[in-house]
Amino acid sequence: MDALILQIMNGLDKGAAYALIALGLTLAFGTLGVVNFAHGALFMLGAFCAVTLHKLLTLETVRIDPTQTTPWGSPLEIRTPFVQDLLGDWGRFLIDLSVPVSILLAIPVMLLIGVVLERGLIRFFYKRPHADQILVTFGLAIVLQEIVKQIFGANPIPQTAPEIFSGSLSLTETIVYPYWRIVYLVFSLAVIGAVFAFLQLTTFGMVVRAGMQDRETVGLLGINVERRFTIVFGIAAIVAGVAGVMYTPILPPDYHMGMDFLVMSFVVVVVGGMGSLPGAVLAGFLLGIVQSFASMNEVKALIPGIDQIIIYLVAVAVLLVRPRGLMGRKGVMES
Amino acid sequence: MKHASKLADFALLIGFAVMVALGPVIFEPIGAGYPDLLQKFAIYGIFAIGFNILFGLTGYLSFGHAAFLGVGSYAAVWSFKLVSMDLVPAILLAVLFAGILALAIGYVSLRRSGIYFSILTLAFAQMCYNMAYSVLTPITNGETGLRVLRDDPRVVDAVFGYVSPAPSLFGLQMTGWAGYYVCGAVLVAAFGLSIAVFRSPFGMTLRAIKSNQKRMGFTGYNTRPFLLTAFIISGMYAGLAGALLAAVDPLAGAERMQWTASGEVVLMTILGGAGTLLGPVVGTGMIKYFENIFSSYNDVQLAAIFSFLPDDLRDNVVSVLGMFVGEGWALTLGLLFMLVVIFLPGGIMEGVMRLLRLKHTPKVKSLGDSPQRDAIGESVIEDMPPDDHTSRTRESAKAMRETAS
Amino acid sequence: MSKPIVLHIDHVSKTFGGLDALSNVHLDIREGETHAIIGPNGAGKSTLLNVCVGGLEPTKGKVLLAGTELTGRRPFEINQLGVARVFQTPEIFADLTVVENVMMAMLSHRDGAFRLRLLSRFGDRSETGLRATKALTDLGLGGHLNHLAGALSRGDKRRLELVMSVVQQPKLLLLDEPTAGMARADTNATIDILRKFKESGMTIVIIEHDMHVVFSLADRITVLAGGRVIAQGLPDEIKGNPKVVEAYLGEEQV
Repeated sequence: MDALILQIMNGLDKGAAYALIALGLTLAFGTLGVVNFAHGALFMLGAFCAVTLHKLLTLETVRIDPTQTTPWGSPLEIRTPFVQDLLGDWGRFLIDLSVPVSILLAIPVMLLIGVVLERGLIRFFYKRPHADQILVTFGLAIVLQEIVKQIFGANPIPQTAPEIFSGSLSLTETIVYPYWRIVYLVFSLAVIGAVFAFLQLTTFGMVVRAGMQDRETVGLLGINVERRFTIVFGIAAIVAGVAGVMYTPILPPDYHMGMDFLVMSFVVVVVGGMGSLPGAVLAGFLLGIVQSFASMNEVKALIPGIDQIIIYLVAVAVLLVRPRGLMGRKGVMES
Repeated sequence: MKHASKLADFALLIGFAVMVALGPVIFEPIGAGYPDLLQKFAIYGIFAIGFNILFGLTGYLSFGHAAFLGVGSYAAVWSFKLVSMDLVPAILLAVLFAGILALAIGYVSLRRSGIYFSILTLAFAQMCYNMAYSVLTPITNGETGLRVLRDDPRVVDAVFGYVSPAPSLFGLQMTGWAGYYVCGAVLVAAFGLSIAVFRSPFGMTLRAIKSNQKRMGFTGYNTRPFLLTAFIISGMYAGLAGALLAAVDPLAGAERMQWTASGEVVLMTILGGAGTLLGPVVGTGMIKYFENIFSSYNDVQLAAIFSFLPDDLRDNVVSVLGMFVGEGWALTLGLLFMLVVIFLPGGIMEGVMRLLRLKHTPKVKSLGDSPQRDAIGESVIEDMPPDDHTSRTRESAKAMRETAS
Repeated sequence: MSKPIVLHIDHVSKTFGGLDALSNVHLDIREGETHAIIGPNGAGKSTLLNVCVGGLEPTKGKVLLAGTELTGRRPFEINQLGVARVFQTPEIFADLTVVENVMMAMLSHRDGAFRLRLLSRFGDRSETGLRATKALTDLGLGGHLNHLAGALSRGDKRRLELVMSVVQQPKLLLLDEPTAGMARADTNATIDILRKFKESGMTIVIIEHDMHVVFSLADRITVLAGGRVIAQGLPDEIKGNPKVVEAYLGEEQV
């Protein structure tokens, strides 16, 4: 029983990551009508915002202290992170908090990346066939991840959660749940809530929702759809980016993490129903939990390898029973 | 748009065969005239030709074709291990297994079209890839890769007392030039079959599906079995390529099934020109040639090339160019991908066609291509929105009144 | 008068969330007749069409084609049963040549459900190709045989769609506003073509706004208004029918 609860909880934060990526994917796709194969790369870029900030904060000054020697007899090198020199204890505190603080970096960076991509590339593809959109964003994904690979190398770079969240919550003897995962879950729900609130409560959001229903009519109403498209794409990039930032303590980021998550998120979107935001969120959590269950040792003993394929099996089952996904609408992206 | 005659197609095939036969001579001047590279041209050419039968004719963009290549490779290596070192059973098994997998994946994926289809095929290929690394390790040997060993049973070989150190075709070792010519012969056969598919009523049906699915339905065609057949055929081509890959390099690894490999075949096809006969082969040649050149360079060699530049400038040039060569080939590939899609969506073959047309008949604006051109030359009344019912109803009402009185 | 019934629309009703789009529509179309369905906007013409061949399930009643139920069938099955359909906006294979378009239509009855024909060739000099060429030439498209269908003018596209329908020798030809958005000259040309079809004994159902077209072609007319059949009969009977005039005039006043 305890194991079950633990798995549900484990599934929640994986599901939260899927949901966040799928949310941005659906948003961009519902309004702009573009399937963005580079969306996973945006998640990865977000994660590397955290890596970059941590690297910057931990840039060190090296001082040689001639009065002290190492056991080998050479003068002792004293390395202090630059910020610590500058800000003292506050600097140490900042390094400890580098992951959450990265969000502040990631938001403008991801917005910029999103806007540049939309203005510079994506907008030329609104009228092109879907195959072209898929192909060009696929190429973009390769380019982005290869650039990251060249800068940061191919190996995963672990990030640590702030010290106060580094422990685990022990509900019972067997249910031990790292605090950071709780933070991630709360954070995701907050982001999802914020996106929905934005869409439901603001005029801008209303236009976006109207655009998701019927793009042409909204354009005919004399609303500047173009600019809103750009902003929506920027928001989608931010959502993917911050999801990536916060995920770094759970999974050390490497250059190809984006593609792994993208494939999953696509499955999430297909299961949830293309173009449906609630569907994306629901399916994200659902599949995260299902995957967690499948990775339980008891289940794996029963059906070996099930954890690797369960998501796809669920996707197939959903598509066979409900071809439009759990909450899909008719006629979305079917031509 | 006259239909090509049988003779023209036959000439094309003969010409193609001659090109393949003369490959070593033709590619010598550009430094590609050695068997290892030419084998790759031929093998990936088969892969791309098969992919083109699906994507080029039906417009269904599969992002999971590497799975079939991988399955073909594994099946072939197992055939080399258990059945015989001969190529024939390996190819048969590879094509069979790839076909079965294509049937399963296609059956589900083809329930949807467009983007859904692309996503589903991508997801299934990733699933195969994951499984090859995890649960299927007894079959795939995981990260180490599956290799042929000296003391494998090889039941058929044992019966005949046949011993061959490497995969072979009727005793002919699949290495060096012999390997190339075997692959080349298979390539010519694969090309010939693709001509037949393109010219057959089946191929025309696929084209019509690409053009207008709705009309297909109302013309009485059940499109799904046609699509599934095309999917299976192209999966079998991939399996065939996988078998040859295993034959010239008897080590099958899961990385052949990765999404990048699926993406590469898409690129080869669109670079050459999807939907054209020669395009995929041309595209494959270009990609594999550049891959070979780009990957072989490193910073030291670049520095040597640019040694004529002043030191500072040279270091900068080398560090920038260094991003694109060696390990950085993937980056170049990604950029190339984007450039082709943005600027040359019709591929090289279309570019060539456009050039030829420009030269010979400058005034002909090719019919078609742009559906927006339809309305030109029609009267103004025709441009009236067809569903402007209100005014039309009023007209009819007037007509009614007139006739009634 | 006792010709067999081709299309039997048996007391069909369709409700959309409480709104009666069709109520108790009953209609028989007999072999060889040209039957026009007319009515003001919102009369239920499109709904009726969709219930017959568009995969829309009626709330009550059923639709039979020569005794076979049509409801719930997929488009290709409906076509295989013998219904050819022409759309308001021409649906053709824009990327295929004109003659290929017609050949596809001709081959469908042989290959439709599925036949893998890999070894034969698809060419305009085959027997099918020659028949397609003849059909096109007969209807005035002989000059466009090897042009891409997408490059035709709208009138020619419509004509091509008509050729594609007629070469299938359907039991029933269904036309949805075949002259919508056409200039008078093209409309008259279309009327001439349809008259040829009619003379060859084809059964035609035509949904049309243009009274000129309706009265030039129809043997019988059904008038729909508010989802009900308000009049049915020979053109002359319809012309003088006060109910019909009222239906149209009533809308006029709104």
